[in-house]
Amino acid sequence: MRAPEQEAGAGETLLAVDNITLSFGGVRAIRNVSLDIRKGEIRAIIGPNGAGKTSMLNVINGFYHPQEGLISFRGAERRRMKPYEAASQGIARTFQNVALFRGMTTLDNIMAGRTLKMHRNFFWQLVHWGPAAREEVENRRKVEEIIDFLEIQAIRKTPVGRLPYGLQKRVELARALAMEPDLLLLDEPMAGMNLEEKEDMSRFILDVNQQLGTTIALIEHDISVVMDLSDRVVVLDHGEKIADGLPAEVQANQNVIEAYLGVSH
Amino acid sequence: MAQSVSSTGAEDTFPKLLDRNARIWGERPAIREKDLGIWQTWTWAEVREEIRAFAAGLSGLGVAKGDKVAIIGSNRPRLYWTICAVQSLGAVPVPLYQDAVAAEMVYVLQHAEARFAVVEDQEQVDKILSLSDELDVLEHVIYDEDRGLKDYDHTRLHPFAEVQENGRKALQADAATGAALDKSIAEATGSDIAVMLYTSGTTGRPKGVMLSYDNTVVSARLSCEFDKLTEDDEILAYLPMAWVGDHMFSYAQSYWSGFCVACPESSDTMMQDLREIGPTYYFAPPRIFETLLTTVMIRMEDAGAIKRGMFHYFLGVARRSGEKILNGEPVSFGDRLLYGIGRLLVYEPLKNVLGLSRMRVGYTAGEAIGPEIFRFYRSLGLNLKQLYGQTEASVFVTAQPDGEIRADTVGKPAPEVEIRIDDSGEVLYRSPGVFVGYYKNEEATRSTKTEDGWVLTGDAGFFDEEGHLRIIDRAKDVGHLKDGTLFAPKYIENKLKFFPNIKEAVAIGDDRDFVTAMLNIDLVAVGNWAERNNVSYGSYQELTGLDQVCEMLAAHVAEVNKDLAGEPRVAGSQIRRFLILHKELDADDGELTRTQKVRRGFIAEKYEPLITALYDGSSQQHIETEVTFEDGRKGAISADVRIVDVETFGLDARREAAE
Repeated sequence: MRAPEQEAGAGETLLAVDNITLSFGGVRAIRNVSLDIRKGEIRAIIGPNGAGKTSMLNVINGFYHPQEGLISFRGAERRRMKPYEAASQGIARTFQNVALFRGMTTLDNIMAGRTLKMHRNFFWQLVHWGPAAREEVENRRKVEEIIDFLEIQAIRKTPVGRLPYGLQKRVELARALAMEPDLLLLDEPMAGMNLEEKEDMSRFILDVNQQLGTTIALIEHDISVVMDLSDRVVVLDHGEKIADGLPAEVQANQNVIEAYLGVSH
Repeated sequence: MAQSVSSTGAEDTFPKLLDRNARIWGERPAIREKDLGIWQTWTWAEVREEIRAFAAGLSGLGVAKGDKVAIIGSNRPRLYWTICAVQSLGAVPVPLYQDAVAAEMVYVLQHAEARFAVVEDQEQVDKILSLSDELDVLEHVIYDEDRGLKDYDHTRLHPFAEVQENGRKALQADAATGAALDKSIAEATGSDIAVMLYTSGTTGRPKGVMLSYDNTVVSARLSCEFDKLTEDDEILAYLPMAWVGDHMFSYAQSYWSGFCVACPESSDTMMQDLREIGPTYYFAPPRIFETLLTTVMIRMEDAGAIKRGMFHYFLGVARRSGEKILNGEPVSFGDRLLYGIGRLLVYEPLKNVLGLSRMRVGYTAGEAIGPEIFRFYRSLGLNLKQLYGQTEASVFVTAQPDGEIRADTVGKPAPEVEIRIDDSGEVLYRSPGVFVGYYKNEEATRSTKTEDGWVLTGDAGFFDEEGHLRIIDRAKDVGHLKDGTLFAPKYIENKLKFFPNIKEAVAIGDDRDFVTAMLNIDLVAVGNWAERNNVSYGSYQELTGLDQVCEMLAAHVAEVNKDLAGEPRVAGSQIRRFLILHKELDADDGELTRTQKVRRGFIAEKYEPLITALYDGSSQQHIETEVTFEDGRKGAISADVRIVDVETFGLDARREAAE
């Protein structure tokens, strides 16, 4: 795939979120939060339930539009972007609840992730001959590389609805990778997994980061996973940022401990 | 074609055979591998080029005559090429079991004094690096798959492609490199050591079996002639490369007769790859055939009533007449007709699903196969045969000739093999394949191989009236109950294992009052049953403790007892009590060998409290066991295991009569 030219933690900011506020009617989901994601790092967003983590991901993704604040991606400021525009700019994501085409095979699901890379128009696709066929062969090759990378050869032709949950999550990751993203957003990639599946998934996330050089922002509940995986962690609570820094620093932060364990008043 | 092969006698080593194959079959496929979803094929001429380039590369790294080169990984073309490349340099390949944990590997690597290792991927590299303090002889590690290894220190670590490319350049730059390689190939003779295979060992430390070219090349020639294997055959290489069977089938026989070896995409895709390749020659240990049968039976349970009815009806027809038709015995016209319809509707589609449609010769060996399982496949019209072999014999001791197949024998002596049964009932053999000796273990060599070349197998057996050898059990495992009844544990275990719900069984009874058994449930089969019956369970351990599961297995055991009661010689060894183990027996925990054979002694020690409970009448026993995870870490699980009494048939009457 792409040559991993970026060094991890090179420091260049890929995406910056400045003083974002997001409200739904009277509910303020995110209050004045700033964070940055640097090129090549694994950035974790953690926090208790309802802290605004997924909202933050949706803002980055262009699904929600914040009332206040600025977002810049690759240095360029952006406004009111649609999710598909974000996708074409190189932002891919997975979902907290698996969102795959259940009746389609693993292969077809991942091929679907290549849609933005297919340039022939509808009629060419319909004829499916010459340039369109060549294009599909090229894309299929990329997809096979991803299948090989995530070790899902055995389920290539299996409808995803029949797969166990852990594997479905992996297929979803594969589909996101099929876009060859610069920034990969993972919404609770390990939710509902057993220990072995978690270990596998952690391995794959690290491999994606190191081998493919993809920048990753992930939301996760499992604190031990977050501490082991991520380069930097930001903690949200009730829509506000309460800590930001290296995993060890965050872990020692009194605010974070209180947010997670609660305090007596 | 086959004749032109056997008439040339000059090729007495594999590198020489490779030159011959590239000459006469240059454009024919030699090896395939599925990569990125597509089967890639290399011809014999291409394989020769790859091997020569890698051999030159290895030579550049310092591999010299007499060196040992460890090979660790699953069945990949590059690793098979490594065997031949190493042999081309006069060095000795030492394949290791790739799923062995680091601690097991270190013994073999140290004992073999391996200076080099060629491994598959990061997993194996990590294992070797974690051992580097203990491996002072090991100099260079070469890996095939570069994923995840980019940031490793590459002073002693080399990618396969790079070593090969260096070799290729050296061959191009200087004609002397090629000449030196040719000279080294020409100088090797039949008596040189071709390969060292470590036996997995049901007891004690693994032993390095040294096999010469005379052993392996001649055994390959004889066995290819025996089964009329030609360059048109095709096999799937999926069994561990460190096992003598794979070395013989996927390497030696392929080089001798020129057939094509296909390497699966990954171990998980084996079944799909099998279907795509449709091998003509197939080898599998009994366990694989058992698993296949279990999966088929489970899937039929989920099928519609009409399909299920049809399936079972025609299986009945096959049981009645299938084997007779295969053996060419007379069968009534009506049965023949029914069998023909069955072929159309059930047998051929089933064979296709199993990937056995084109199978001309199939072997099972390694362990005794349950007669029922064996007959099932035979009755479908598959020419499945049994053979009996050992690493020390370059596999072949006996094999069943076509048309003389029976479930309960292992066949007649293989070509040029002499067999003798000694006074204690132990089987001895002498053949061209008999190994040179155990590496650095004179004492073991002497106690296994006599002065005049006879090898003690350690198995008890006898010849039946038709000259077929029957193996009863490991000689040391056959025992007696306290009242003198013969107790052959494997015989009982095989009967138990025919039930799809039972994956593994250990029978206990030597020098005891009665026979008991410890069982492992088959998670696939029992899990499927639980699903269909709305039984919920959280883990393997919980499943083993369910009342319904206990009852189900008790019924199976009772059936085995009924079966045993019908055979006078073993009627006394019916199972009185059994238990279901709370964890699967596993090679990582040392309970099975790497070839999946039960290690009785070890199990008896480890589960001592359970065995005591089986005999002291208690109905429950607490046990705590250590388990080893795949990455080598250890953990402990504890459980209360229930002990169940089972119905026996005519046992008490016999006993009373005896008293």
